[in-house]
Amino acid sequence: MNGSIPHHILTVTTENKPGVLSRVAGLFSRRGFNIVSLAVSPTDDERFSRMTIVVDAESAPLEQVVKQLNKLVPVIKITEVAPTEGVERELMMITVRATADARSQVTELTAIFEARIVDVGYEAMTIMVAGEPDKLDAFSDLVKQFGIVEIQRTGRIALPKLSRQPTRLRAVKTARG
Amino acid sequence: MKLTGAQALIKSLEMEQVEVMFGLPGGAILPVYDPLIDSSIRHILVRHEQGAGHMASGYAHATGRPGVAMVTSGPAATNIVTPLCDAYMDSVPIVVITGQVPYAVIGSDAFQECDTVGITMPVTKHNWLISDAQDIPRVVREAFHVATTGRPGPVLVDLPKDVANTPMDWYWPEKVDLPGYKPNVKGHPKQIKDAARVIQEAQRPVIYAGGGILKSGASKVLRELAEVTGIPIVTTLMGRGGIPDEHPLCLGMPGMHGNYTAVTSMQRADLLIALGARFDDRVTGKVATFAPHAKVIHVDIDPAELGKVRHADVPIVGDVRSVIEELTRAVKAEHLKHERPDISQWMAQIRAWQSDYPLKYKQEEGGPLKPQYVIERLRENTPDDCILVAGVGQHQMWASQLWKFKHPNTWINSGGLGTMGYAVPASVGAKVGRPDRMVWAVDGDGCFQMTAQELVTAAAERIPVKIAILNNAYLGMVRQWQELFYEERYSEVYLSPDLPDYVKWAEAMGCVGMRVDNADDVVTTIEKANEIDDRPVVVDFRTDWREKVYPMVPAGASNDDIILGPEFGEGGR
Repeated sequence: MNGSIPHHILTVTTENKPGVLSRVAGLFSRRGFNIVSLAVSPTDDERFSRMTIVVDAESAPLEQVVKQLNKLVPVIKITEVAPTEGVERELMMITVRATADARSQVTELTAIFEARIVDVGYEAMTIMVAGEPDKLDAFSDLVKQFGIVEIQRTGRIALPKLSRQPTRLRAVKTARG
Repeated sequence: MKLTGAQALIKSLEMEQVEVMFGLPGGAILPVYDPLIDSSIRHILVRHEQGAGHMASGYAHATGRPGVAMVTSGPAATNIVTPLCDAYMDSVPIVVITGQVPYAVIGSDAFQECDTVGITMPVTKHNWLISDAQDIPRVVREAFHVATTGRPGPVLVDLPKDVANTPMDWYWPEKVDLPGYKPNVKGHPKQIKDAARVIQEAQRPVIYAGGGILKSGASKVLRELAEVTGIPIVTTLMGRGGIPDEHPLCLGMPGMHGNYTAVTSMQRADLLIALGARFDDRVTGKVATFAPHAKVIHVDIDPAELGKVRHADVPIVGDVRSVIEELTRAVKAEHLKHERPDISQWMAQIRAWQSDYPLKYKQEEGGPLKPQYVIERLRENTPDDCILVAGVGQHQMWASQLWKFKHPNTWINSGGLGTMGYAVPASVGAKVGRPDRMVWAVDGDGCFQMTAQELVTAAAERIPVKIAILNNAYLGMVRQWQELFYEERYSEVYLSPDLPDYVKWAEAMGCVGMRVDNADDVVTTIEKANEIDDRPVVVDFRTDWREKVYPMVPAGASNDDIILGPEFGEGGR
């Protein structure tokens, strides 16, 4: 589903004030940029919030999006996480029709995807799947045959991959110098 | 010191050295109008809130200082949305204060409640809803800072009535703390060096000077750059007066109704030096065919403008005045190394275009009065530093084409938004800001009817502006498009020359009204109007409705397809 759209991921640090989300969302619609998904969360510093915005890469040049976002007064910092250089995760809760005869198949898929059953009813189960957006897409595809009652996805969040430079060697060099 | 929120607001405006504000009171802003009585700030009572916004904008254009408007909540706030959007498009620093229903009832659809901050978010540089009286001085300080620094623009402060009535401890913040707002003023030295090198290599360069020149006070340094390099300058609708029109290197206005030389020199250029300009569609025509052979040096304080419409080979973020100063220095250094490039062939080509394709119109003896003739006589019979204000439409284009601007900040008009009705209130604001200057507005009959009531304000406040209505009894620009592009099928464009009777209307509003219907009386009437200094004057010039604005690049066409007009024979190409 949304894992396959060519996209950019922006992590945007903003002031934690009322109306900031509305400014950001308004800017996107006004300038004709499309949001694929959006997640807002607090940070370790209560003055700031972090938004992870997935932008449809075909709707606008990334440079324009970043520059226009930067003009918003409450926007402090914008980092682009290129899809190859970031760790992306998303959470999905999905309620699947699972009558007695289908239940074991659904349970099996849940196990394969390392997902968790978080609620069970007489005729349906709610499953929580976390992981890369593609994995979530795959899971919902596979359970479609049983009948999907409801889906809720958080939208992806992302952090840059850590560099794996051999820090110890550098430390040795510094000590000698 | 304990003050109410309302007192703190007025005191904060005084701290920002506000001398005058334009406004109209109402329920939610009532608490603030009370301490205003004891303030040093002059308040000008408008007749419609839109007038307050445009007056603030005219004031800002004329003085370079932020214009301030104050109105109440609800309908007053929505009435001032147009001026906010207008100022946003043209980067004019205005500060608008709106009253709001009490904080406690926001969201309950209270009387005269509207989501002012929500509505104005896309048309302000930033806006604030104050929830705590203690925040007032800080927010006012931030509002003026944001409006006037970086790329200037409108801001709005929404003040709920109960917050205005709440006591607070007065303070004045020493400095502004906005971690997300740090405009970059100084151009990058390496980019500036690159730009100088590109200029050194260019054979057909043109300076494309926009409104940023006036906003940053760069007229003088622009002139120096042009003279040092010998590069000709086009001045956009918003940049007119950035260099005097009589300067030999000034080519005048480019764009949809620009003159042939300005338009074509950009088309043929191998280098465009864009200074505080934004490649507006009215300048570029069809972007794909705009200046196809030109490299671009683009200087702007707003990074988002660089590369927005046209790729910049050398993008420079910075205050245009400071960048021009550095650039001139770098160019001089290049000249010392290599000597100044010879662009005389290019200049000869430009001179040939100028003599072959000047702006043309014909005022026939005894024939109908031509609008262009009125503008040329007006220019000849007003002081060099007369401020000219225009509305939007044919009259605006003729004014911009034909007025010989001699000083910066003597031209005020609505460029980006194209707000009909801008001229009357903007001229009032300009005259308030510069009482020492003569202020003439050239207006259309359609425009005049939109905001004429602000002449009541002008008469009441003894603000002697002068309005020249070029009355052709039509929504002229729309009529022109219907004639040219809709096979002369005229749809809803006729207005009548006599309804309303502009002279009587002017008199009813406390102004002097005069009428001119032939070329012979133009100069004597202008002279008469110039002598009146105790009230506004309105002159109803009955002009030829057949006259169209030329040259013209049809919307969406390439600038190469410029139409020169009937004076140049069949087809006018």
